[in-house]
Amino acid sequence: MSKERIKIAPELFEIMPPEYQDLVDRATYGNETRGWKDIGNAKELIEEHSLCAGCPESMAFRYILASLPNPEDTVMVGSTGCTSLVFPHVAVHNIHSLFGNQNAIASGLKRALSVRFPDRHKDVVVLAGDGATVDIGLDMTLQAWFRQEKFTTICFDNELYANTGGQESGLMQKGFVAKMAPVGKTFEKVRLPEIARESGCHYVVNCTVSKPNLVEKVIKNAIHVAREIGPTYLQLYTPCILEIGKNSMEGLQEMRDSEKPTERFAYKEYVSEPAKELLTEIAAKEKERKAAAKKQLASQGA
Amino acid sequence: MATQSVIGQKNNKGQTFTDPRYMMHEAERTPSFFTGSEVIKEAIRRASCDVMIAYPITPQSEAAALIGELFAEGYIGDYFRGESEFAVMSQCAGAAFGGARVFTTTAGPGTMRAMENFPMWAGARLPIQMIVTCRGINSPLSIQPDTLEISYLMQTGMLVWHAETAQDFYDWILKGYMVSEEPDVHLPLALCCDGFFVTHTKDMVDLTPVDMCLPPYDPYRSPVPCMDMECPPVRMMRDPFVMKSNYISYATHASWQQEVWAAVERSRKHSIAWLDGLIDTENTDAEILLLASGTAVSQGREAIEILADEGIRVGLVKVKTLRPWPGEEIIEATKNAKHIIVPEFNVTGWLAREVKATIPNNERVHAGPHVCGGMTMPPEIIASEIKTLLGIKVQTLSARGS
Repeated sequence: MSKERIKIAPELFEIMPPEYQDLVDRATYGNETRGWKDIGNAKELIEEHSLCAGCPESMAFRYILASLPNPEDTVMVGSTGCTSLVFPHVAVHNIHSLFGNQNAIASGLKRALSVRFPDRHKDVVVLAGDGATVDIGLDMTLQAWFRQEKFTTICFDNELYANTGGQESGLMQKGFVAKMAPVGKTFEKVRLPEIARESGCHYVVNCTVSKPNLVEKVIKNAIHVAREIGPTYLQLYTPCILEIGKNSMEGLQEMRDSEKPTERFAYKEYVSEPAKELLTEIAAKEKERKAAAKKQLASQGA
Repeated sequence: MATQSVIGQKNNKGQTFTDPRYMMHEAERTPSFFTGSEVIKEAIRRASCDVMIAYPITPQSEAAALIGELFAEGYIGDYFRGESEFAVMSQCAGAAFGGARVFTTTAGPGTMRAMENFPMWAGARLPIQMIVTCRGINSPLSIQPDTLEISYLMQTGMLVWHAETAQDFYDWILKGYMVSEEPDVHLPLALCCDGFFVTHTKDMVDLTPVDMCLPPYDPYRSPVPCMDMECPPVRMMRDPFVMKSNYISYATHASWQQEVWAAVERSRKHSIAWLDGLIDTENTDAEILLLASGTAVSQGREAIEILADEGIRVGLVKVKTLRPWPGEEIIEATKNAKHIIVPEFNVTGWLAREVKATIPNNERVHAGPHVCGGMTMPPEIIASEIKTLLGIKVQTLSARGS
């Protein structure tokens, strides 16, 4: 697959907006080796966003979009919240419908695409906040996993309802004082990664988005496993700097602090047996590809 | 995108994709004795559906399960049981966003639980077809027929049709896709009937040939892009106006809603052609008119016969589509009437309210009789209501000593 589908008729090229011309000329659709390192070198699939300055969610968005293995055949599903302000700027098809129903939408979508394109990979990726994933949408999050729906669920965990102004959420830490938790949250942060594993997810990761190469790795793994085996879940810490009283430049440090071995976003991973096999296979192929490329480069040099 | 007509080609079950006008209007029909639920199955067998999503709730469970059998036989692309009606309607949306022809069924409390989805379906221009086998929605729990849920659906931007008989049901399921998938309509359809009365009773229904089916849905005729990455993934908005507080944001949202309702209006011409008018009328020169939708029409027909035996002449208006609302047709059909009786299977009388808001001199509208909570509406009740209205003395039901 290439950029065939987004090409502009030559007669009309000049009148298209420059960012669309850029998508055609410089985006990485169809490039099998695309990844976070393209940021700054190629046209990103996200145009300028409307999140707060320094919001870690915006970093996460850029890394994820740069890492999708197959953006030319990927449809994303969002939900209500800060992410829904970003999706209109994203150059892959994306659906916003209601709050909390994202895994239900994705279930129907994935099945329709499988019926319509039986011989092609059409990846479906859900990206929603913790309120959508764990509170109002928990039922549909879990049921999609029980049914072994073949798509990836990404939760941007900022441990509260950010877009509505900082209310308590299920993924908030116990004791945190927030709107609607006036004397501090009285129960523990919901352990969704463990629940995901028990609910049938084949690849589960809990981490922050402080390291772009790590984000790239887990995104690619999650999407490949979802495509071939079954549901996958990523819980990514994207702190709401506004609501936890940090400054614009402090998001990265907040994530680094929270991923220390004893902290709640220390890297945790679960991979099912069939997923392990698949990922080993993919890693071997990747190694082969790199070796071949190196060899070719060497022969060209000689 | 398909560039050649599929008419005349065969699907994997050996059915021929047939010009729907030929299939519905000219092809030979076979009389069959079926329950309403079985009729739904037979219509869907011929509807070239891609995805059906099911959830159990009385009285639609049987139909939803029978369509599962169609899936097992290979007539439908995919089928599964969702976890609740809210989820099912979102799953239907996902499938429709992905370019599938989608079918589902629900009833009563299920309709209410799923309600948040329906304006979303209409706003997203998803031509999903949903059968609503109406039942009680209020507490205490009732599984019996009651049409109150239709009044909620009428404000969603969906097309809303109200079938009287199993034959209506059969034809309208197939015709419904043809109307709701028109590019200038492209809206979901709530095809309603009164639960049990239609779903669980057997009736003679004339079926179209089993080896003919509708042409498949073409998602690239949609007025909004299909979410399958087969067309350019343009930025949908330069400046997302979702939650902005400015005039352009308000104007954009307003014009989008107006366009949804304009599409409901544009469905009028297609519905008139397919359904042979938005209303059916009989003897509208009579001074007394009975105006109803759904099963109340059937009961009304019997009441009209009872009254005819007593020398009282009553005309009939059967309302087939509630959205689009047949306002002009009703004004014309009721222009001679001195009394317009509107019997309904619900406690609020939403149909009478709509009629009152439509016609001149609306004191002519008599809202009632109403039955609700699963009560039947014997034609005698309608007849006695009309006689009371005319000042004719009638026995009360209790006086009849039943």
